[in-house]
Amino acid sequence: MFYREAGQFKTDYKSDSAVFPILQDRVGIAFMIFLALVVVPLYGWSSSSGEFFLNGIMIPFMIFALVTIGLNILMGYAGQLSLGTGAFTGVGAYACYKLITHFPELNLIVAVLMSGFFAAAVGIIFGLPSLRIKGLYLAVTTLAAQFFLEWLFIRWEWLYNYDPSGALIVPDITAFGIIIAGPSANAVVKYLVVTLIVIFMTWIASNVIRGRIGRSWMMIRDMDIAAELMGVRPLAAKLSAFAMSSFYCGVGGAMMVFFWLGAAEVESFDINHSFLFLFMVIIGGMGSLIGSFMGAAFIWVLPIIIKFLPATIGIEIYPSTVEHINLMIIGGLIVFFLAVEPNGLARLWQLAKEKLRVWPFPYA
Amino acid sequence: MKIKLLLAGLASALAITSAPVSAELLVPHLTYRTGPFAGNGIVFANGFYDYMTMLNERDGGIGGVKVNVEECETGYNAQKGVECYESTKGRNPLITIPNSTGITLQLIQKASVDQIPLLSAGYGLSAAAVGEKFPWIFNAPTTYWGQMSAILSYIGELEGGMDNLSGKKIGFIYLDAGYGREPLPLLETLSEQYGFEVLKIPVAGKEMQNQSSHWLTVRKEKPDWMIMWGWGAMNSTAIKAAAKIRFPMDRFIGNWWSSAHVDMKGHEELAKGYRGATFSANGDSFPALQDVIKLVVDPGKSQTTDKSTVGNVLYNRGVINAVLTAEAITIAQKNTGKTDITGADMRDAFEQIDMSEARLSELGLEGFMEPIKISCTEHSGSNPVIMTQWNGEDWVPSKAVPVLREIVIPELEAAADKYISDKPGWTTQTCS
Repeated sequence: MFYREAGQFKTDYKSDSAVFPILQDRVGIAFMIFLALVVVPLYGWSSSSGEFFLNGIMIPFMIFALVTIGLNILMGYAGQLSLGTGAFTGVGAYACYKLITHFPELNLIVAVLMSGFFAAAVGIIFGLPSLRIKGLYLAVTTLAAQFFLEWLFIRWEWLYNYDPSGALIVPDITAFGIIIAGPSANAVVKYLVVTLIVIFMTWIASNVIRGRIGRSWMMIRDMDIAAELMGVRPLAAKLSAFAMSSFYCGVGGAMMVFFWLGAAEVESFDINHSFLFLFMVIIGGMGSLIGSFMGAAFIWVLPIIIKFLPATIGIEIYPSTVEHINLMIIGGLIVFFLAVEPNGLARLWQLAKEKLRVWPFPYA
Repeated sequence: MKIKLLLAGLASALAITSAPVSAELLVPHLTYRTGPFAGNGIVFANGFYDYMTMLNERDGGIGGVKVNVEECETGYNAQKGVECYESTKGRNPLITIPNSTGITLQLIQKASVDQIPLLSAGYGLSAAAVGEKFPWIFNAPTTYWGQMSAILSYIGELEGGMDNLSGKKIGFIYLDAGYGREPLPLLETLSEQYGFEVLKIPVAGKEMQNQSSHWLTVRKEKPDWMIMWGWGAMNSTAIKAAAKIRFPMDRFIGNWWSSAHVDMKGHEELAKGYRGATFSANGDSFPALQDVIKLVVDPGKSQTTDKSTVGNVLYNRGVINAVLTAEAITIAQKNTGKTDITGADMRDAFEQIDMSEARLSELGLEGFMEPIKISCTEHSGSNPVIMTQWNGEDWVPSKAVPVLREIVIPELEAAADKYISDKPGWTTQTCS
């Protein structure tokens, strides 16, 4: 569990309640945003392999980070275990597809954000059992949501406009006079749209978490009976967590299909993806926004680097062998990091920052 | 966040160093030697890799330029497929071979934009067979729809004429995914036309290895015939379950992804009589395959560890993919007069492929497959399907059954029109 970092002396209330009370954090975040919005697109635009870098690594990384934030809101902040993340991303994706095909003049970005509301509504319905059951038992009911929705995505043919292949297929979509999604869309444009949405939604999440709603989630997480006695309504707190979490997952799912894959079958929203996002949350750090990014990077980006590393440094090795080694390395690292720091990469990062700030003194 | 930065930096450093080095024919191959379908994927990928390596060893490549088969591991996962595609896109790849219907669906739209032809031999989107609507997609030798019509006409033949299909009940057990659902529209059309009843039995991906309830339905409904569109562990599970309820094996027909040697492993005797469709001959008695064994497998230049798999159904299917690719490269080189060709040259070449019996025997593959002809209008060619039967030890080809073209082709055209109807700016071509 993560609490606010302290250690720098404040002279007024305003600076004490700032989002980032530590100077180095403010500089660091500004630098990250600069990197994400200027350096990465420039590289992607100028380099010959830039398209692979954006389409293959950065766009999915950003989208996965957003979904992980969504799951983190539910698991890390509100303490409700969920295995339905994959299906909730699917709700967003199918909703966005229906919106775009029925209202072609609708702006895609608006449609993506709107599809989050459909996911939120579904999330609330499947969140209802959380009022009675907790922990692993809740995980089982969300698992039921996963199976039910997966079944629905195949059976309800209206969802994919009766396409014989059963897949969502994204044509070229224009907004603001440029093609922002579909096969002809420029990777830089897609990346910038995705990144701006992710930064915006991360900013919203960080503020909601800091506010009354976020605090009520954390109270429920830490001790629900005490929270109830102090006037937090479990119904509102738990369902709002489910709604907001599913909203983020839904937007992530819509972006996954429209800005990354270009076409998707039910397979893209299956139980394996629920586990993938769960791992991202656990590895990154439960209850940490920055951890969501770290978890997504660890689970998605690291295997790609390991996969293409031998070929780029000229080692002759069969790709399937690399894949086997990859699974072993990632598995080993997961065990290693969780053994060293059960609270995930975000906690390691926080400790490192604290130590570095007071370096060379061991204690602050 | 720092970690992300480091990773991004590392990735970009890697990407810079991976620039093209020398003239070679880059043939990316999306394989699945890992994951749930690895048992099938390894054999297939070996066939492709070994044949291309044999060309490099025996002829010094194609037109004097070495073929570089760059495998990328997808594990049959659609998302990794996109990643693999993107990783070679910038280096003048000649072709995309997705090896999964899911990946094919994702890449169909990109092919025309990136000018890389896509070969989905015997899988993928059936409608893509219409060359005028899908200039960049090739699904020779036959689509799923063509295959389904051939299987039904074979059943009709065994029943003593298509008219005898009327009133029959035909069960269709399929993997409940894009792949398994592909032939459904055609099956429904044919059932109306010939008056047979279809019993649909979808098997969800996670139930692949537990089909007892599905076969209970079969036992209750007593269909006259069963057709299977299965993959991986689903096939052997279905065959064992069918044997358990004593369904007559010679009335059970698998499509060409459900009738390989691996699917029979461990229950060879039970499966005796089971029929399958295929598009390649069985065995390694062809001169070209002997070269593969002599020059590639024996010297240990391949990933084939078990020599007995050379000539297996899936191995030979990998070889067919390699043969078609190599043939397109040869034609493209002849057309352009250059050795280093582009994806666009390959596309034009694919439309001129004419695998006649003479050409096949020139390649040392006489009788290896039914002659294939691809044209501007017909990207699959709707070629005949070879029906085989399992005799307890091996697959025995019985006969080649032609596709019901007069039914299938109008259906394909209607489906192609529907596919592109909601996609503005779709690239089409006019065939003269």
